[in-house]
Amino acid sequence: MEYVIEMLNIRKEFGNFVANDDITLQLEKGEIHALLGENGAGKSTLMNVLFGLYQPEGGEIRVRGKKVDISNPNVANDLGIGMVHQHFMLVENFSVTENIILGSEPTKMGVTNKKDAAKKVAELSEQYGLNVDPYAIIEDISVGMQQRVEILKTLYRGAEILIFDEPTASLTPQEITELIQIMKRLIAEGKSIILITHKLKEIMDVSDRVTVIRKGQGIGTVTTSETNPNDLAALMVGRQVTFKTEKGPAYPTEETLTVQDLVVEDYRGIAKVKNLNLTVRKGEIVGIAGIDGNGQSELIEAITGLRKVKSGKVLIHGKDVTGMKPRKVTESGVGHIPQDRHKHGLVLDFPIGHNIALQTYYQAPISKSGIMDYNKITEKAQQIIKDYDVRTQGPHEPARALSGGNQQKAIIGREVDRNPDLLIAALPTRGLDVGAIEFIHSRLIEQRDNGKAVLLISFELDEVMNVSDRIAVIHDGEIVDVVIPEETTEQQLGLLMAGHAEKDKKGGKHSVE
Amino acid sequence: MSNRVTNLLVPIVSVVLGLIVGAIIMLVSGYSPIEGYAALWNGIFGDLYTIGETLRQITPYLLAGLAVAFAFRSGLFNIGVEGQLIVGWFAAAYVGVAVELPKIIHLPLAILAAAVAGALWGFVPGLLKAKFRVHEVIVTIMMNYIALHVTNALIKTVSEGGDRTERIFASASLRSEFLENLTEFSRLHLGLLLALIMVGVMWLILEKTTLGFELKAVGFNQNASEYAGMNVNKNIILAMVISGAFAGLAGAMEALGTFEYVSSKGGFTGIGFDGIAVALLGMNTPLGVVFGATLFGSLKYGALNMPNAAGIPIEIVEIVIAVIIFFVASGYIIRLLLLRAAGKKKEAK
Repeated sequence: MEYVIEMLNIRKEFGNFVANDDITLQLEKGEIHALLGENGAGKSTLMNVLFGLYQPEGGEIRVRGKKVDISNPNVANDLGIGMVHQHFMLVENFSVTENIILGSEPTKMGVTNKKDAAKKVAELSEQYGLNVDPYAIIEDISVGMQQRVEILKTLYRGAEILIFDEPTASLTPQEITELIQIMKRLIAEGKSIILITHKLKEIMDVSDRVTVIRKGQGIGTVTTSETNPNDLAALMVGRQVTFKTEKGPAYPTEETLTVQDLVVEDYRGIAKVKNLNLTVRKGEIVGIAGIDGNGQSELIEAITGLRKVKSGKVLIHGKDVTGMKPRKVTESGVGHIPQDRHKHGLVLDFPIGHNIALQTYYQAPISKSGIMDYNKITEKAQQIIKDYDVRTQGPHEPARALSGGNQQKAIIGREVDRNPDLLIAALPTRGLDVGAIEFIHSRLIEQRDNGKAVLLISFELDEVMNVSDRIAVIHDGEIVDVVIPEETTEQQLGLLMAGHAEKDKKGGKHSVE
Repeated sequence: MSNRVTNLLVPIVSVVLGLIVGAIIMLVSGYSPIEGYAALWNGIFGDLYTIGETLRQITPYLLAGLAVAFAFRSGLFNIGVEGQLIVGWFAAAYVGVAVELPKIIHLPLAILAAAVAGALWGFVPGLLKAKFRVHEVIVTIMMNYIALHVTNALIKTVSEGGDRTERIFASASLRSEFLENLTEFSRLHLGLLLALIMVGVMWLILEKTTLGFELKAVGFNQNASEYAGMNVNKNIILAMVISGAFAGLAGAMEALGTFEYVSSKGGFTGIGFDGIAVALLGMNTPLGVVFGATLFGSLKYGALNMPNAAGIPIEIVEIVIAVIIFFVASGYIIRLLLLRAAGKKKEAK
């Protein structure tokens, strides 16, 4: 069998930390080869070695049978290796063509020749069925379309081998289906693909073979058709994983959170939350199911004091906290795992220890009469790092250096450790692997079993169905229905989320499109 | 090559490279670099007097550098240190001439006046940023001009039409007989001590207080700070006020130490703007500012000797000094070159 790329016994160290230890990956021509591993297992490091961003301490790389030294990304480019990054590298206010030619602008008599470039982009787009308008401005097109621009960028530069880094992390289900078709088309046209992911479903759907790495070590390569998600998960995390979260019945008691006729507007004055009513009781998990952009973010921000309330009330234990500052809300017994961990959840340039203290830094024992005791922060951080299995080199490592899953575990540790009466978890498992998801779900359920109220916001139907005791479906800023997961199917839920409320129940209040 | 060795080598190699390029510039301009650098050396360390004067020159750079660095650490670009320094200079001199009090009251009062004036000049852009999101760079630049011309007008009023105030009363002066005797009657004054104390104060605020924790958090990520319940607006204003106070103190150094009066100015002093380079050279840390201010103050003062002692025109001198500072600021490039050289050696083995 012909291998287009062979990474043999690769070793990469950062100081004393071994990120890749003896990993071998062989990519056959014309296959989709998945690279599977937990957050922080070393997938990105390995791919950065291949792309020339890191130099390995050991092992060798062969491209089409020939040993190569990929000293920087330009070398990788010349070898026909292209990378579709997880976080797109696009200039927002440039056109598609301008972004694609950026860095290697074709010129005609000293002037950038955009017209010919646009033609070539259009041809490539046609050839691979990408359906991209070469003249569209990046900020006007959807995330899925932006990703195709990234794909086009690599193709334009003559890539034969494409690396996709967590390509589905920010896509809608529809866009994921389209991406899978695009990948199959690329293979049909003779390209080879390495797919970095921790989503087992995608691997089963598209890949031919899978290489699994765990904690920086190569575990082995298996043929997709000869394996199953359970075995893959076990290989990845090193133990059996339960996909269905184990939980007993809920015994809810009095109301912890009461939202009454809440109206919240966005910065343009358009109502995003419209007369919303919601209750979460002690000892239950209420899931908010809905498609992104239906008022979930505004609802949470209004509850936690980060956004102004237009009208209506938010009560915690019957106490009115409407319009209070975030700190007052927090001190009323609210923990908040924010939707965007980089924007709100963490100060990325702070050490992870400082981040773990972000909600308690001003209180004793950390702060006494305005003076910080950083030893206390380190102690607290060490405890949370241990209790919540945050994989880090220690409390002094910058938060930025941790993988997404470990950043999230640190945030969850920080919020749950304060033992809040109400825990708001917004997309708590976004971008995380099965092991981390299982861990986080069990923590949410543990909080519930300890008699706390939990409000879970998620775009993933599986998650809402598995974890919640009641599901409130949000559509266009309103709760259109509250259902019990055991009595509801995913189809029913999907219809509700799309705004198709059952007429007999709601008296036709919500029009059917 | 270990990290430690690199950290030590980078500044040394940078300075040496800067000196070499400076030498080339002098050579092609037809002047002797050996004479030039000898003059520079003597201008900085020649005798006790020049050492005293060099230290005196470093003093306001220390405080201006602290002012800029403090704002940077809180995520703000205080380009208005110049204006804050000028109002501080005036306020201190005014208190110095307007009243005569026992030294133990008068001197602290004059210093305090400078800090308060600078703080006030920082408060305005801080408030505008916090309340209306007006960018602090625009406001502070404009506040520089206001400071320059308002103080000029005030000096005229105070001096009844003159262009400088009276000399301050001795009770408000930072000068010290002990330091003067020690340095062959240079103008070195006690302000250096105050500036070094302020280096410690900045370190204490940033590294030991809860306020410092908040300021740094706000500097890195306002959204996360708000989420964590910090009052972002209060922190922005406080950061500008503290930064302005440092700048005001830099003015007090001139008013109560070096000159002992304030005169109307045709243009900016430049110390406030150089403070930006001092802060950046020092990576915005208190100790780094000491390094940056020492480099800046020494070169600036020592260079004055080059036209006299070596006959090099002041224009060439300024280019040479700028080149040296440029190379020190390019430490990152030097670091990269060193690492690459080390990498090659490793491969050769």
